[in-house]
Amino acid sequence: MTKNFISSACKFLPIVFVFALVNLTSHAQEISKEASAIAAGESLFNANCKTCHRVHQKLIGPALANVYERAPSIDWIKSFIKNSAGVIAGGDEYANKLYNEFNKTQMTSFTTLKDEDIMNVLAYIQSETEKGPAVAAAPAPGSGPTSEEGGQQSAYLNVILIGMVLILVLLLVILAFLVSALKRFLDQKELSAEDKEVIHSPITIGTISRSSGFIFIVVFLVGALGFKAVINGLYSVGVQQGYAPKQPIAFSHKIHAGQYEIDCKYCHTGVMKGKSATIPSVNICMNCHNQIRQGTLTGESEIAKIVSAWDNKKPIEWVRIHNLPDLAYFNHSQHVNVGGLACQTCHGPIETMDVVRQHSLLTMGWCIDCHRKTDVNTKGNAYYDNLVELHNTASKTPMKVEDMGGLECAKCHY
Amino acid sequence: MEESKKIYWKGIEQLANSPEFVKHAHHEFPQQPDPEEDPGHSRRDFLKMMGFGVSAVALAACEAPIRKAIPYVNKPVDIDPSIANYYASTYTNGGDYCSIVVKTREGRPIKIEGNALSSVSRGGTGAQVEASVLSLYDNARLRGPKIGRDKISWEDLDNQIIGKLGAIAAKGGQIRIVSNTIVSPSTRASLAIFKEKYPTTQHVQYDQASQYGLLKANEESFGTRSIPSYDFSKAKTIVSVAADFLGGWIAPVEFTKQYAQTREVNEDKKEMSRHYQFESILSMTGANADYRTQIKPSEEGAVVIQLYNSIASKAGRSNLSGGLEKPIIARAAEDLWASRGEALVVAGSNDKAIQVLVNGINDMLGSYGKTILTDTPVNYRQGDDEAMASFINDAEGAKLDAVIFYNCNPVYDHPMGDKLAAAIKKISLTISTGYKEEETGTLVNYQAPDHHFLEAWNDAEPKKNHFSLGQPAITPIFKSRAAQESFMIWAGESNVNYFDFVRNNWKTWFYKDQTIDFQSFWDKCLYNGVLELPSAEAEPATMSFAADVQTAASAIVSNYKSGGFELVIYESGALGNGSQANNPLLQELPDPITKAVWDHYVTVSPKDATDINFAESFTKYFSITVSGKTLKLPALVQPGQTPGTIGVALGYGRTKAGKVADGIGQNAYPLVSMVNGSLRYSVSGVKFEKTDEVYQIAQTQTHNTFMGRQTIIQETSLSNFKDKHWDREFHPKVSTWSDPQHKVDPGAISLWRGHEYKDHHWGMAIDLNTCIGCGACVVACNVENNVALVGREEVINRREMHWLRIDRYYSSDAPADDWRGIEEASANPEVIFQPMLCQHCNNAPCETVCPVAATTHSTEGLNQMTYNRCIGTRYCANNCPYKVRRFNWFKLHDNDQFASANPSMNTDLGKMVLNPDVTVRSRGVMEKCSFCVQRIQQGKLTAKKERRPMNDGEVVTACQASCATGAIVFGDINNPDSKLSKLLKIRPKDEKHPHRVDKVTDNPRAYQVLEEIGVKPNIWYLTKVRNKEAVKA
Repeated sequence: MTKNFISSACKFLPIVFVFALVNLTSHAQEISKEASAIAAGESLFNANCKTCHRVHQKLIGPALANVYERAPSIDWIKSFIKNSAGVIAGGDEYANKLYNEFNKTQMTSFTTLKDEDIMNVLAYIQSETEKGPAVAAAPAPGSGPTSEEGGQQSAYLNVILIGMVLILVLLLVILAFLVSALKRFLDQKELSAEDKEVIHSPITIGTISRSSGFIFIVVFLVGALGFKAVINGLYSVGVQQGYAPKQPIAFSHKIHAGQYEIDCKYCHTGVMKGKSATIPSVNICMNCHNQIRQGTLTGESEIAKIVSAWDNKKPIEWVRIHNLPDLAYFNHSQHVNVGGLACQTCHGPIETMDVVRQHSLLTMGWCIDCHRKTDVNTKGNAYYDNLVELHNTASKTPMKVEDMGGLECAKCHY
Repeated sequence: MEESKKIYWKGIEQLANSPEFVKHAHHEFPQQPDPEEDPGHSRRDFLKMMGFGVSAVALAACEAPIRKAIPYVNKPVDIDPSIANYYASTYTNGGDYCSIVVKTREGRPIKIEGNALSSVSRGGTGAQVEASVLSLYDNARLRGPKIGRDKISWEDLDNQIIGKLGAIAAKGGQIRIVSNTIVSPSTRASLAIFKEKYPTTQHVQYDQASQYGLLKANEESFGTRSIPSYDFSKAKTIVSVAADFLGGWIAPVEFTKQYAQTREVNEDKKEMSRHYQFESILSMTGANADYRTQIKPSEEGAVVIQLYNSIASKAGRSNLSGGLEKPIIARAAEDLWASRGEALVVAGSNDKAIQVLVNGINDMLGSYGKTILTDTPVNYRQGDDEAMASFINDAEGAKLDAVIFYNCNPVYDHPMGDKLAAAIKKISLTISTGYKEEETGTLVNYQAPDHHFLEAWNDAEPKKNHFSLGQPAITPIFKSRAAQESFMIWAGESNVNYFDFVRNNWKTWFYKDQTIDFQSFWDKCLYNGVLELPSAEAEPATMSFAADVQTAASAIVSNYKSGGFELVIYESGALGNGSQANNPLLQELPDPITKAVWDHYVTVSPKDATDINFAESFTKYFSITVSGKTLKLPALVQPGQTPGTIGVALGYGRTKAGKVADGIGQNAYPLVSMVNGSLRYSVSGVKFEKTDEVYQIAQTQTHNTFMGRQTIIQETSLSNFKDKHWDREFHPKVSTWSDPQHKVDPGAISLWRGHEYKDHHWGMAIDLNTCIGCGACVVACNVENNVALVGREEVINRREMHWLRIDRYYSSDAPADDWRGIEEASANPEVIFQPMLCQHCNNAPCETVCPVAATTHSTEGLNQMTYNRCIGTRYCANNCPYKVRRFNWFKLHDNDQFASANPSMNTDLGKMVLNPDVTVRSRGVMEKCSFCVQRIQQGKLTAKKERRPMNDGEVVTACQASCATGAIVFGDINNPDSKLSKLLKIRPKDEKHPHRVDKVTDNPRAYQVLEEIGVKPNIWYLTKVRNKEAVKA
């Protein structure tokens, strides 16, 4: 319990901010210039730092260009990243100066980062610093790959349809020619008056609509369409695809995840750990909105709601969008952490949504479908080694989720 | 026959033959009134409209309701929704102690498990410990402080009490604090602060199951009033005279752990302890004994004298008079003497004289320093019967001015409770700190409710130099306050915080010679839950036995008179002393021996019950009269009960415990008498009379013998087992059309192609030798899997929902071919316990008959049950040879009908205990043991997340975790290094196909129940070995 108290005390302290200036160039040479270190640093930077820092731009925390020269020492940087609260509390002069400069916003402590991780991040920062600020490119709002693919498919279908219609019209014309030819042929013969009447009887709407063939076709079509509509209707019971309720705060994923490229995991902290991806608590919002009070779309009014929730200690009652029935067990960490799936696989192009809507069906058929098609992400996971070996001796296709019992009832229902 | 001329008319109309009648005469039925004439709507119209209305509403309801997701404002760093947190803590209930780990989800405790770091309870738990998590959510809890029947604020309560205490202190009035045994040193310190402020305060402790006689005997024998540590694990010969040390005597969890160690046998260790039991009722301990002798309670002393004499003649000490020859005593003495230094004799009696003699025997056997450790005394029982009696007498004589009942309920659970109830009114200030109101709380002036132990900080010293911390696993649900804080506030302390108090105490007491800073030390203690200090003396102190055995023997001779029926009053196997009686998990836990639930009864020997036709639990009421007090209870015929004795359990007859317990049975505490300064839990000369009133006791098992069927139960004797070539007596064989001579192994033929388990193959082994039948696993399973409780009526209807049951079988004296006789248990039977749960058959009969494939087989060997697919045909249950499937005959959740029997699914408070990972089943579906599939999935996921193969022991089923004896072993058969694989010595039948289901076990003790039907279960049982010459059928 006490541990809780202490750690909870630490973690409230909002995050954000950084290293100090002071000329100490000697440390720069320690920073690696190897491409592998820079690449590793880039991914670490994007995952951990990018939320608050840019290299050339002051965001929630200071711009990080040249930080390795500004800061008192590389060791100082390391200790500050690992425990900024401790460094500030320890009375470090520059740390306190920065702390005050950035409105007393404290940087999250990254206890999980190892020394070499930090060195890699610095390598990345150094390479970016040397590159200089990039010319900002307007983000092209490209349509998602799914819709593009769908467009191609439907164009292909249209061509086929038009072709078929043309063939049908051609058939009709041919039939009309045949009928007139036959009529002419019959006219040349000696026929009774009755037969002649039959031949020359006019084809009217009335005669068509009374013909038994027509009635059968109409009844069949109406019945079949009605049946299909009923079945479709029943299948949609409880399915909330496209559900996009109004939320108490007009939060836009398009701005946060799309425009600012904040990593999903920064706010949805549970996604790698547990069943629930978790809706971010207000303190996570306040990490940034302690500073940022002016919204892109809504001005101050919506952000003010977060601040008031924080000040009044009143939780925000978000409307839950993705509802699975209680009898189904779904675990985010299994899919995101172990399976390595992107959030978009199920949640759709969330980074383009101003208002989040339920992208997928979330029906059992939808789950099963994916479990049938998806290859298990076994790379680098020793848990699967034995299974993969056994699978490969028996089969040439990669191991699907289905092949290791992914369709069994008790994987999700217990 | 002549035709009759008589004419019968339909009515007067026909006789009159009016035109109106003629007009309608051809209609069979009289004409209905014209519907046009009916001004209102017909019933059919109404139904039509109703139908339309209902379907319209139903359609409209298809729109899902809006569900909210409400995150924290400020999320605590180590609480993540959907991820369980575990906190080491301490269970204390009076003197009962267990070091525990509490599992919490989203801040709610949902499960208790044993703490393996404690060297006292060593990861074990008991049924009452497991169930106590539901007591936290008891609806009968006090919501806040009360004055009389009214609410009051804590400030007002404190002001009034301090004022009154001040006035009492000023005039020198007498103050008493009454409690059960207190094992917490910090609680004692807080009481000391109170006593310092009010010097006239005396602290009186009492125990429901008193050991005052033992305390006094030890004082007389060795000069210190304390109970030593017993170490059953070092004992080769154990003799117990009416001590139920596995069920309730002093520290059953601890003793069970130790005892099981001595009962474990395998190929390499073919030695086990030999256990003799002398007792009147069939206790759980007696049921596990190798030799059991039936005695009357009045003979306990004489048996001890006889045993003393038998040993004294070997040890060269003088004999005592008053012994009584009983079968097996001589033999027990032989064994004891042969295993001197590795022997242990215990007695359950609360009589000082008997305990003095037992000390004498242990002294002669050299048990002290070996199996009895006097240098680490235990604190479980400190109750002083004499002090308690004089307190009640003082209260009656109006000599007291203030009494504080600290978490105890003497009005119910003290023999003089009715006297106390009357006397409480004579005391000007009475306060109770119980977290529930209960019998005592309703009578006092002020109620200052303490936290439940899961909400409170506390510490405990179960035995010398062994400490443990209790930390809250939830913030207090109601406006309760730590009683220790109350004491200190009433003593005038300000800014009292019991957490700081405990922490400072630990700093003062234990933070010595530590190399780490105090915060780290404290964190470590809190993380481990326990702290053990090295004992001061390296050598155990030599104890010299200095009691007068002659006097003790003559006291026994003069004190015990036999005659009439003799009554034994014992702690209920499930409810214990009744303090947790309002916990339905315990009420519906079948008694280990009688298998009765929700009922109070008197146990009668079959010999004394010849005129009761005890069949299908139907029985008669009996009246039991002891010195003017009469109880009326139904009789339960109990094989093994000594003829001429009857047994009544404590723990029933609650009147103010809450909805669950109130009105069940009768209170047996008033029958306990005070003899020679200590409470005696047996009475002679009882009037025991049958009445004509018929009653049906709710029992979960009504057939007592296994009818000699070795396909279910296999046992052997240790002497046989020691043979190098020993094999089980019984190997089932089946005949085929080509070989009708019963020679084929049932596993060799199959209709099915068989499964292949490439990943894991989950299996279980249950050691019948170490299982003592306590039922902790049953409660653990209930809590883990949200198993519904159904109440007495539905248990009688055979509709209990327990996924795991413990079948208890008695031996029979009849020969194997006497089908009638073999149904009857012996008068003194051998008993065997067999936990029975879904066997997860590889050729599961249930799976083949399900028309909707709701029960299917997994690629890991599990027999899966899918509730949302089940349509309730119950074919599977009918086809299950083990009868382990349970059908939801009712909607057991959110149903007023089951509100009192099943509060965990029917009250908002109770629902907090539900495991969020397990579905609450609805009406009309089947359910059964899932092998804790939620834990399997969790374990696999953890391994996958850490990108490593699974380790053995990572998945522990709830039953396995709760089992103090380690009888249940669960694991992966595909992993050759797993504990299970090694225990069973299991290997694939066909080495080329190691993942096929067909396996061979090389452990000769391993067998499967009903093997001959070829269902190939994934559970193996290990043959029971009895340490005796021959085993009964």
